[in-house]
Amino acid sequence: MPNCELMRTSLYAGGTSPVKMIQAGFYNEDCIVYDLEDSVPVGEKDAARLLVYNAVKYQRPKNKYILIRVNGIYSEYLDEDLEASVRAQPNAIRIPKVEYPEEVIRIDETITAIEKKAGLPVGGIELWCNIESYLGLLNAEAIAKSSPRVAAMALGAEDFTASMNAQRTKSGWEIFHARNMILMACRAAGISAQDAVFSDINDPDGLEADLQMTRILGFDGKTCVHPRQIDAVNACFTPSEKELRHAQRVLVALAEAERSHTGVCTLDGGMVDKPMELRARATLAKARAAGIKIRGVEG
Amino acid sequence: MIVNSLGRELPEKIGDYLVKPYQGPYSTAAGDVPVITRRTSGHRVPGETKRMKSLKEAIVAAGLKNGMTISFHHSFREGDQIIGQVLTAIRELEIKGLRFAPSAVINIKNPSIVDFVKDGTINRIEASGIRGQLGDAALAGEMENPVILRPHGARPRAIEAGELQIDVAFIGAAAADDYGNCTSQIGPNACGSMGYSFVDAYNAGRVIVITDNLVEYPCCPVSISQQYVSYVVNVDSIGDPAKIGAGTARLTKNPRDLIIAERTADLIAASRRFKDGFSFQTGAGAISIATTKYLADRMRQKGVKASFALGGIPAAIIDMYDEGLVRVVACSQSFDDVAARAIYDRSGVLEIDNADYANAYSKGGYLNREDFGVLGALEVDTDFNVNILTGSSGEMMGGLGGGPDVAGGAAISIVTLPIIRGRTPSIVKKVFTLCTPGETVAAVVTEAGIALNPKHKNYQELKEDLEQTSLKLVTIDALQQLAESMTGVPKPIETTDRVACIVEYRDGTVIDVIYEVKKK
Repeated sequence: MPNCELMRTSLYAGGTSPVKMIQAGFYNEDCIVYDLEDSVPVGEKDAARLLVYNAVKYQRPKNKYILIRVNGIYSEYLDEDLEASVRAQPNAIRIPKVEYPEEVIRIDETITAIEKKAGLPVGGIELWCNIESYLGLLNAEAIAKSSPRVAAMALGAEDFTASMNAQRTKSGWEIFHARNMILMACRAAGISAQDAVFSDINDPDGLEADLQMTRILGFDGKTCVHPRQIDAVNACFTPSEKELRHAQRVLVALAEAERSHTGVCTLDGGMVDKPMELRARATLAKARAAGIKIRGVEG
Repeated sequence: MIVNSLGRELPEKIGDYLVKPYQGPYSTAAGDVPVITRRTSGHRVPGETKRMKSLKEAIVAAGLKNGMTISFHHSFREGDQIIGQVLTAIRELEIKGLRFAPSAVINIKNPSIVDFVKDGTINRIEASGIRGQLGDAALAGEMENPVILRPHGARPRAIEAGELQIDVAFIGAAAADDYGNCTSQIGPNACGSMGYSFVDAYNAGRVIVITDNLVEYPCCPVSISQQYVSYVVNVDSIGDPAKIGAGTARLTKNPRDLIIAERTADLIAASRRFKDGFSFQTGAGAISIATTKYLADRMRQKGVKASFALGGIPAAIIDMYDEGLVRVVACSQSFDDVAARAIYDRSGVLEIDNADYANAYSKGGYLNREDFGVLGALEVDTDFNVNILTGSSGEMMGGLGGGPDVAGGAAISIVTLPIIRGRTPSIVKKVFTLCTPGETVAAVVTEAGIALNPKHKNYQELKEDLEQTSLKLVTIDALQQLAESMTGVPKPIETTDRVACIVEYRDGTVIDVIYEVKKK
């Protein structure tokens, strides 16, 4: 069973490379995205579909959340991609360049039809929607709520900035608003918010800086384009020892205040309120999900 | 046929070679007999010269005859230009049927060693490995006699036991004076440690030093002393510095190798032996260099310093020395230009005799005091036996190097490898060529987890230490099954019944033989 509590990191594995697909199972990412779209040349779409089907069906890594990214909604490959992907039974299908909720509804219906035809449980496969244009972004909330299958939404920054005539920069100010809109839509729908990739695999410092923004804004995960990025991204979503200690102290202070009926709870001279409690509990939950053994309060 | 203790069937006799079957890593006691040497005394009177005008003149003066044994070291690696020049001179002198016994065979081209096999200059080979064209030729049955392969530590043992008696040792040096004092710590072609040459210099009948950098007497520093040297020859060039110093030591970017390396460093750091004064050897492969980097990180994080680093030394270890993480670096070989030149100006970076490093049959060496040894492998089987010689088609891919010595000596020996390479599994039911006995391997680290060997002497302590961590422990059988589930079972390599290579263990017993591969 995959560890569905964690969707910190999603690693793309090109559908034309058996070696990359096999090796992806051994890295520390939470989710693997077997790709049929951008990394597969037009002449190899058929072969990649077959390879990915076999990889997911017969060589599925344990303890990973498995996705297949299909080709674009209006591409000639989508129907065959969906047919193969549904029968391979990944945890989710990742749909690129979603712009309207109707597109998701149509795909949901197609998947349901394939599930019924193949005798598979209906509704078992989730959808991750990539938002890669201003249109998609303007419809983000409706897309997030368009189907019960939608489990996550992710920002595709490169295509989005192209649709905006914006420049893509490492500092990422051109996608700041888009990141916030994605996050709000995901929170409104109660689904996972996945941040845009950081494309320069040879710039670990740039990745760290980008992750600062990812973390501050509140994303749940980020897609990696290379295994080298995984540990840094996982670390970004894994509470530090200092954060864990602070979370535990917040909960201790709250418990103490409740016992002594003081009404107001303080810690280090500041007031502890409900949002702080929620954050503390979320911090401990994330740590547990990441496999950290917590000793003491809430351990 | 006889069967050794690892279950390998061996012929009782291969030509003149009488097979002593392997019985265990520590089962052969030292014979209570004096060391056998071919070293001759000399008598030089003041004013007499050792300098010869040419290689041919030196070879004639040394009395090289048909059927004798000659030796070389391999410290100039792929940049070596000495072996080709010497063998060419020997061929021109029409000396034939020699036993060629370098510390390892380098894959030299123009001329290729195979040419000297084909024309009969060489008819026997004894080394630690025979990669490249020579390996292909040997396994294709082109050698008249089987090649004897020995790990680094077994070579000095064989020499001192009289099993490998060297008539003439040709020792390339990056600097030498006209009386034979020499070193490779300095000079345009510096290769660093001459660790493999010492035993040859001390025990060969005649010793010829070859240099292209004749320095003023006395050469300083000195690695091999004048008292062992018969003749000195100054040639135009002994090597290609670009190939000598290039080394193997670039930090890999392969994410799979980095995972294996990090897990290896984590394993070391989790051991109770990882404390101030510990010792280690990481080697020079891609995974090894990355392991060194991660190990340095763990040492910094925990404030732990090592007493010594051992063996073939890359720049990464010299960096650790400069940072104060390692007190002594004992180099039997220098893997790159940085390591090669480090011996000269760093008091704690030592040039050591290969016998001091790896010979199990001396009065004691570094390996017996080593805590962690990290080793590469081509294949490992479910009994933890290691193949470091032959590839998936039976071709020669590597040399024994010091692998069996390190596994036998270090308290915790760690074999690192990916579970599959290309389309073939690396964790198999039975290795094609058995080089290092599984009973001396403590752990196998792969991208799919770490397998501990229940039969290793330090299994219990390592298990207890690793169970305190989140490192993924798996069985070797699970790794084998996982590898096989991805690749399927490769077709067995078809061989003839003619032995192409004899693989000796540290004590001179036979751990395996390699049969000639059937031609397709």
